[in-house]
Amino acid sequence: MSANRTCWNCGQSIDGSLFCPHCKSLQRPPSDYFTLLGLDRKLKLNTADLQQRFYELSRQLHPDRFMRKPEAEREYSLDASSILNDAYRALKDPVKRAQYVLSQEGFEIGEQRSKDVPPELLEEVFELNMALEEMRSGDDSARPQLESAKNNFTNMLAEADHQLETQFANYDESPNRETLTKIRGTLNRRKYIQNLLDEVLQ
Amino acid sequence: MNIDFGTTEKVIGIDLGTTNSLAAFLDLTGPKIIPGADGDKLVPSVVSINPTGEVVVGNAARELLITQPDRTVYSVKRLMGRGLDDIQEELKLFPFRIAPGSESVLQLQLGPLPDGRGSETHLRRLTEPRPSGSGPATYTPPEISAFILRQLKQNAEAYFGEPVSKAVITVPAYFNDAQRQATKDAGRIAGLEVLRLVNEPTAASLAYGLDKRENGTIAVYDLGGGTFDISILKLHDGIFEVLATNGDTHLGGDDIDNLLLRIALEDVQSEWGDDLSADSEGIQRLRRAVIQAKERLSFVPFTDISLEYRGKKYQREIQRDLFDKLIAPIVDRTLGPCRDCIKDAGVTPEQIDEVVMVGGSTRIPLVRTAVENLFRSKPHTELNPDEVVALGAAVQAAILSGDVQDKLLLDVTPLSLGIETMGGVVSKLIHRNSTIPASASESFTTGVDGQRNVLIHVVQGERELVKDNRSLARFDLKDIDPMPAGMARIEVRFLIDANGILNVTARDLRTGKEHSVDVKPSYGLTDEQVEKMIQESFEKAEQDFQDRQVREARVEADTILAAVEKARRHDAYFELSDEERAAIDRAINELLLVYHSDDHHLILNKNEQLNQVTMKLAENMMNTAVRGALKGTKI
Repeated sequence: MSANRTCWNCGQSIDGSLFCPHCKSLQRPPSDYFTLLGLDRKLKLNTADLQQRFYELSRQLHPDRFMRKPEAEREYSLDASSILNDAYRALKDPVKRAQYVLSQEGFEIGEQRSKDVPPELLEEVFELNMALEEMRSGDDSARPQLESAKNNFTNMLAEADHQLETQFANYDESPNRETLTKIRGTLNRRKYIQNLLDEVLQ
Repeated sequence: MNIDFGTTEKVIGIDLGTTNSLAAFLDLTGPKIIPGADGDKLVPSVVSINPTGEVVVGNAARELLITQPDRTVYSVKRLMGRGLDDIQEELKLFPFRIAPGSESVLQLQLGPLPDGRGSETHLRRLTEPRPSGSGPATYTPPEISAFILRQLKQNAEAYFGEPVSKAVITVPAYFNDAQRQATKDAGRIAGLEVLRLVNEPTAASLAYGLDKRENGTIAVYDLGGGTFDISILKLHDGIFEVLATNGDTHLGGDDIDNLLLRIALEDVQSEWGDDLSADSEGIQRLRRAVIQAKERLSFVPFTDISLEYRGKKYQREIQRDLFDKLIAPIVDRTLGPCRDCIKDAGVTPEQIDEVVMVGGSTRIPLVRTAVENLFRSKPHTELNPDEVVALGAAVQAAILSGDVQDKLLLDVTPLSLGIETMGGVVSKLIHRNSTIPASASESFTTGVDGQRNVLIHVVQGERELVKDNRSLARFDLKDIDPMPAGMARIEVRFLIDANGILNVTARDLRTGKEHSVDVKPSYGLTDEQVEKMIQESFEKAEQDFQDRQVREARVEADTILAAVEKARRHDAYFELSDEERAAIDRAINELLLVYHSDDHHLILNKNEQLNQVTMKLAENMMNTAVRGALKGTKI
C-alpha cells in the first residue's frame, strides 16, 4: 500500500492523511484495514475503541457527505467507506482479524484445510460419528453421549479461544512467521471443532 | 436536529408504494408531505392508459380500475425487477396480461386483444419505438412506475413553483439488486436524478425521531401493501446503524385482499351461479368491496362485504374473529423473518428498546398483537403508518443535500452475494447484513490456452446451489490477450454501493489496466433500453406540452368565436361598414380553417387577427351599452 504524497486536487503535500490539510479534499484511501482505521498492526485490540473509530470515520467518509463534491471525491468516498465497512467487519471479530493478518502475510487460509482431522481429535470424531449414525437411524440411546460431546466441544472451543489470545499477545510482542503458523494451526482446529459442534446441535 | 438550508434546489423524498405513493420534503419545522392538486396526500399507485396514449395516475386512475380494468395497472411494485416465472400466482388475479417475450423483462399488455386473440399479438421490441395509434401497447413495470413518479414530481413542482429534478426513493429493505435497479430506472425514465435508494424501514426510523434517545436498539416492522420488512437498528449519537434486516418482498395487504376476494368469488359463484373471475370489471368491484370491509374491520368488530352488480346483490357479514382466523397464516409468515432478523442482529427480544410499526397493514389489530407478543413490548403507532416512510425519505434527502448534518444512516445488504463456481455451487463473496458500501475482490484466470473471455455469473441469496438463488447478472471479461491457460490474472472487484446496487470493475493484474466488463442483467433493462425510454418519455413530455398548447389555443378560439357570433346579432354590428363586416367574415373563416391544425402558433395568430378586426365592433358595443345605460338614467 503506497500512501499518496501530494493532493490530487491542489497538488500540495498531504503527508499520507485522508483529507488534504490545505484544501480539505478527500484523498485516495489506503486499502489496508489497520492504516485506514489509524490502528497499530496488532492482533489484540480494544473493540470499544475500534467501534468509536468506525463511527467517527463513517461520519467523515460516507457517500452521503459527498453528494455535492466533485466526482473524484465521490469515488474516493465510495471506496473509502466500503474499505472502512469491510475493515470493521473483519477486525471486530478475533478470528476474521487473524485471518486478515495471515492473508496479508501471504498465508493460505483455504477452507479445505479444516477438513484434515487434527490427530488428537481422531478418537473423539470417530465416536461422535457413531453416535450421530445411531441418532439418525432412530436410536435415541445415543442422546446422552451427544449431550456430553456438545459440552466437550464447547469447552474445547473456549480453550482454543484462550490459546488464540495468548498467541495474539505473543505476536504483538514480537511479530514473526512462527507465531503466525501457530495461529493458523489454532484457527484450523477451532474451525474444525466449530463444524463438529454445529453438527451436534443439528 | 441541526438544519442548515444553504442549498437552492430542493431534493424530495418519495415513497413509491405498492398501494399508495407519496412525496415529502423537509422544511424548518420538519418533514412534510406534498399534497397533490386534489389536496390528497396519498397518490394511489394506479396508472391507466387510454387508447389514445393519454396517461391517468392516482385517484382518477383508481376509478378507471372499475370501468377500464384492462387498461389500468395497480400494485405494479410487485412486478418490479421480476421475471415471468416469479409472478404466476399474481397473474391469476391481475386483470392485465403479460405479453410474450417477457422472460427477462415483463411486458404488460394493455387494452383488448387484437383480432385473432393472441395469434397476432403485437410485441414491441424494446429498442423499437412504441407503435402509435390505438393498438394494444406494452409497458414494462419501470415505465408504469415512472408515470407515478412523474405525477409526484409534477405535484412537487406545482407546490414549490419551481422545477424538481432530484429525489430520494424508498424501496423495501429486502428488495434484491434487480428490484432496486428497476426502481432506479423508473426514476430516470420519469426525469428524476435518483440520489439514493433508501430502505423503507430505515427511512421510517429517521422520521420517528428516535434519535432523541441517544443510544438504544430499535426494531422496525413494516407490513405494506405488497412487501414485508423487518429491520433492527442500533442508535448511536445520530448514527442509525442497521444490524440486520429480513423480509419477504411478496407479502402484504394484497395477500389479505386476494384471500378475501377468493372467498367472495366462491360465494358469488354459489349464490348467483356466475363465475365472476372471468369478468374483470366484476372482479375489481368485488376487490374494492373486500378491501373496504378489511379496512373497516380494523376499527369495528364486524362488517359487511357487499356488492351490487348487474342487478344482483351479494352481501356477507364478516366478524373480526373469523377475519383474524383467516389472516393468521399471513401474519404468521412475518414472524419467521422477525426471528431470523433478531438472531442475525445478535440481540434478544428483551434488548430491543422500541418497536416501530410502518405500513398500512399494521393497522390490523391481529398484526399489532402478534408483534407485541414477539417483541414483548407495545409497538409505536403514533405516526401515520402510510406517511412515515415518505417523511423519513425527506429527512434522508436533506442529509444528502447537506441540510442535515448530524444524522447518518448505515444500512446493510439484505442478501448474500456470490458467484457460480464448479458444479453449480455458490461461492459467497459478500454476506447478508454486511454494512454497505461493501466490497470483495476475486482473482480470475483462464482455463484453456488462448481463451479470450471469462464469464462470471453473479447470484444473490442464501442457498448453496446456484439454481436455488436469484440470478443477478452475467459479467463478461472480454478481449483477454491470448496466452497459455492460467496465465491471465484479472482481479474483479464487486462493490455494493449505498443504494444496495452491485457495481463490478475489473483490473488486469499483469498490466495494471482497467479491464472492460460487459453486463447482462438476468432480470431487468439494459442501460440502452433505459436510455431509449428516457428519450421516449422526453418526446412524450414534449408532445404532451404541445398538445396542451394546441388545446388552449382552441379554447381561446372558441371563446372569441362565440363572442363574435353573439355580437353579430347586436345593433352595433350593423353600424359597421360593409368592408369592416367583410373583414370580420374573412377573419372568422381563416380561424376556422386553422382551427383543427396542430400548430398552436397559427391558431393564436388567427385568434389575434379576429380580435383586431372586431376591435371597432367591441368599441361600438361598449358605446351602445353606455348610451343605453345613460338613456335609462334620469339626470
